[in-house]
Amino acid sequence: TKGVLCQNSVESPRNPEQKIIKRVIALEGDIIKTIGYKKKYVKIPHGHIWVEGDHHGHSFDSNAFGPVSLGLLHARATHILWPPQRWQKLQSMLPPERKPLQREQE
Amino acid sequence: MFRNVLGKTFRFLGYTVQYGCIAHCAFEYLGGIVVCSGPSMEPTIQNSDIVFSENLSRHLYCIRKGDIVIVKSPNDPKSNICKRVIGLEGDKVCTSNPSDFLKSHSYVPKGHVWLEGDNLRNSTDSRCYGPVPYGLIRGRICFKIWPLNDFGFLRASPNGHRFLDD
Repeated sequence: TKGVLCQNSVESPRNPEQKIIKRVIALEGDIIKTIGYKKKYVKIPHGHIWVEGDHHGHSFDSNAFGPVSLGLLHARATHILWPPQRWQKLQSMLPPERKPLQREQE
Repeated sequence: MFRNVLGKTFRFLGYTVQYGCIAHCAFEYLGGIVVCSGPSMEPTIQNSDIVFSENLSRHLYCIRKGDIVIVKSPNDPKSNICKRVIGLEGDKVCTSNPSDFLKSHSYVPKGHVWLEGDNLRNSTDSRCYGPVPYGLIRGRICFKIWPLNDFGFLRASPNGHRFLDD
């Protein structure tokens, strides 16, 4: 949903058998600056999202395979259940340095 | 008297939930009936044809070149599109139109498929939006149910020249 930035479980675009979990950084229409992607600036196409792992540089995410089609979105991760010492609600927050350059006006 | 009605209501709800779960599993993992619209798969599938699609191939990863598949639209997750698989990952495909003078080719990336409609002149497909992730495939169309004069298994692609051999 527009405006909700959260961690999502997504079917990997490179390996359909695998699910990957990343944070939604940008929605369709947003223009963002990429980290290590083949294009420096990307406008997210219609029906796609841009996902990134929180640990940049060590993450196989949209900076590697580009925007992800919304149809591959599987679920939203809300809590860590195991191990017990990592029990927590996952915060939906956009890192300030990853804000889009231009957000699509509704 | 009231306890009788309550009991019957709960039993009814129980049956509804059971039926709903079985139906959901059947549609998700086995298959279902699909009504097709649009001209992009003519003459193999016409507008308003009714076909049966099975979902087992997609879960078992045995979709083959030449299969007709139902795919979630890459640009609109709420709608489905129906196209033929021209190339699997690693296959060489022709990315230019048959009418183009200069032909261009590329290889289908890992985890993706190349889709084209049988009606090449009137089809927006991978030639337009690029290779489609395999994960978007919903099912494989195996059988046509309606119209009755065209009942049966679906024909092979009329565009054999689009399939590039290795």
